[in-house]
Amino acid sequence: MTVASDPPSHTAKRPRKLFKNWMAKLASLPMILTALVVFVGGTAWTVTYSFTSSRMLPKTNWVGFDQYERLWNTDRWIISIKNLGIYGGCSMVLTLVLGFSLAACLDRKIRFESAFRSIFLYPFALSFVVTGLAWQWILNPDFGLQSVVRGWGWESFTFNPLNDPNTVIYGLLIAGLWQGTGLIMCIMLAGLRGIDEDIWKAARVDGIGTIKTYVMVIIPMMRPVFITALVLIASGIIKLYDLVVAQTGGGPGLSSEVPAKYVIEYMFRAQNLGQGFAASTMMLCSVVIILIPWAYLEFGGKKRG
Amino acid sequence: MSTTLKSLMIGTALTAATASHAIELEVTHWWTSGGEAAAVSKFAEAWNATGNTWIDGAIAGSGSTARPIIISRILGGDPMAATQLNHGRQAEELIEAGLMLDLTDVAEAGGWADVVNPSSLLDACTLDGKIYCVPVNIHSTQWIWLSHAAYANAGLDVPTDWHEFVASAPALQEAGTLPLAMGQAGWQQNIAFGAITLAVAGQEAWNEVNINKNADFARGPEYTAAFEAVTAARDFAAESNVQDWNLATNMVITGVAGAQIMGDWAQGEFAIAEQVEGEDYSCLPGLGLNPVIDTGGDAFYFPVNDDPEITAAQKELAALLISPEAQVSFNLAKGSLPVRGDIDMSAANGCMQKGLEILANGGVLPSGDISFSADTQTQIEDLMAQFWTSDMSAADAQAAYAELIEKAD
Repeated sequence: MTVASDPPSHTAKRPRKLFKNWMAKLASLPMILTALVVFVGGTAWTVTYSFTSSRMLPKTNWVGFDQYERLWNTDRWIISIKNLGIYGGCSMVLTLVLGFSLAACLDRKIRFESAFRSIFLYPFALSFVVTGLAWQWILNPDFGLQSVVRGWGWESFTFNPLNDPNTVIYGLLIAGLWQGTGLIMCIMLAGLRGIDEDIWKAARVDGIGTIKTYVMVIIPMMRPVFITALVLIASGIIKLYDLVVAQTGGGPGLSSEVPAKYVIEYMFRAQNLGQGFAASTMMLCSVVIILIPWAYLEFGGKKRG
Repeated sequence: MSTTLKSLMIGTALTAATASHAIELEVTHWWTSGGEAAAVSKFAEAWNATGNTWIDGAIAGSGSTARPIIISRILGGDPMAATQLNHGRQAEELIEAGLMLDLTDVAEAGGWADVVNPSSLLDACTLDGKIYCVPVNIHSTQWIWLSHAAYANAGLDVPTDWHEFVASAPALQEAGTLPLAMGQAGWQQNIAFGAITLAVAGQEAWNEVNINKNADFARGPEYTAAFEAVTAARDFAAESNVQDWNLATNMVITGVAGAQIMGDWAQGEFAIAEQVEGEDYSCLPGLGLNPVIDTGGDAFYFPVNDDPEITAAQKELAALLISPEAQVSFNLAKGSLPVRGDIDMSAANGCMQKGLEILANGGVLPSGDISFSADTQTQIEDLMAQFWTSDMSAADAQAAYAELIEKAD
């Protein structure tokens, strides 16, 4: 440490910068290598092989953009993209709105706050597979919600989202929201607790209503919390897979397919690695297109507190 | 690193095994349901009786879960001694890459070419004149299962072919019975599609499309009629809200639905429900029109191994799996048809006897797994999943199907 912390002043500029803190750099070398080899290397390998006609085994017979052409001419892929769009948009908005509303309610110094917090957070402790199966049963018309309500005497009650190709994605959305909202609520609650009590006092002195204070003052102050929540929700949306497999299996028909499922099924069931790689590259592209401008705006420009 | 270590450890384990002269062979498969596990234990017992040890590597889940695990183990340098796969083209690339043991000498010694019936099963195991797998059973998919209870309830006679079934459907609907039970999954819908096209379009058109991949026939009038029949079947099954095939079979067992088009493994469900063929349910191979069945099924492959003792044991196991005794006990437990035409299967039930008779008469077809690559098969299943659950017109579906056949490999 002592060697590293006071380098001789007469050494040349370049090595000095490179060897500054060399122990820390040495310690992080395995992590850097892992990141480079596994993440960057794996991504590059996937993108490269998406230009080949690899079937079960990776082979290097180049076919240009054929795999991508086939991908975008496949109904199943288009349906998957649309489903992800609907699920993603609704999930993003509703999770934020519900999460924040719940957190704001809990923040009003209600009784049994920690009990409610546990109840709301509890679904997050369940895996997507358990969530999917539980909601498959709850939404089953023959012994789930519909039959219970009919049992109460409301004979014409119909609620069968999972068996209708037009509504199945909303059935998934219900399960996704039930599972994910609790975590976002907790993050929001932590953010609300971080707001100085004096802000509330000042707002009260100025005679601003509670809801207006939340919308105009508190939410802008919680910007970093919202960004954390946004990243968490977005990553959950992109990797949506296990919930679909457990709850609907992509059905009825192809009506609840998602891109991640397309990738897995074409890589392993159809034994067509090239097609699976092309689809996963497109998923990467969509993430990059959304993330890079946003990350640039957020972190690249002026520094924010 | 870890792979090297693992293979070293396995190497040590194998050396230890050879030292004691009872050779342990790990066999992977995905036969995990009650009847399937009972069937595979027949093989294990037979192998253990030879003084060797069968190490059971059952992988839970269906073939689509197990296959990636099996393939990645073979590719990753940690091969099992033997593994189940569906015969056909699933292992084609592994064979081309030289990862599978050549069984030609075993096959010649056992005279497989003479005993395996239909011979197309052996062809499916053959690449460039060499034999790489042992077919162990035959499963066919051209079956319609009819509920006697549902027809009695509607006051109708049980149909004896597809046309009678279509004619009876409105009366069933009036009686509040669902005419056709259908699990809402692509592979099940594809089975129904395959069975209906074979019955309606006839065997000649079916052969042209499925074997010769002739897209002109897929666009032709025979297939137009077939697609219209499938569209009608789609309406019969519109109210079927189940996903799994066995739940759909259960609808037939309980008389909620009139019929189901499903592979011969459905009779396992009828057997568990203690239903009697001819009294409680009927089965019609080829939908009662075309007495032909396809010959999909399971086969065992033997990944290449460096140890000569293991290789010798693998060949011994290969010969055992196709021996008459093992074939009879295994297939009776599994409810599938044996791959040998020269053994006594008189203990089999009515539906199996019908299948055996068709086999003896030579009414066999290659299965989708044999004629199409997994890629094409998946695309066809996707199309069927889309067609059966939407209001896609027969003409659109036919055009999309013909396009897939054109590009098929």
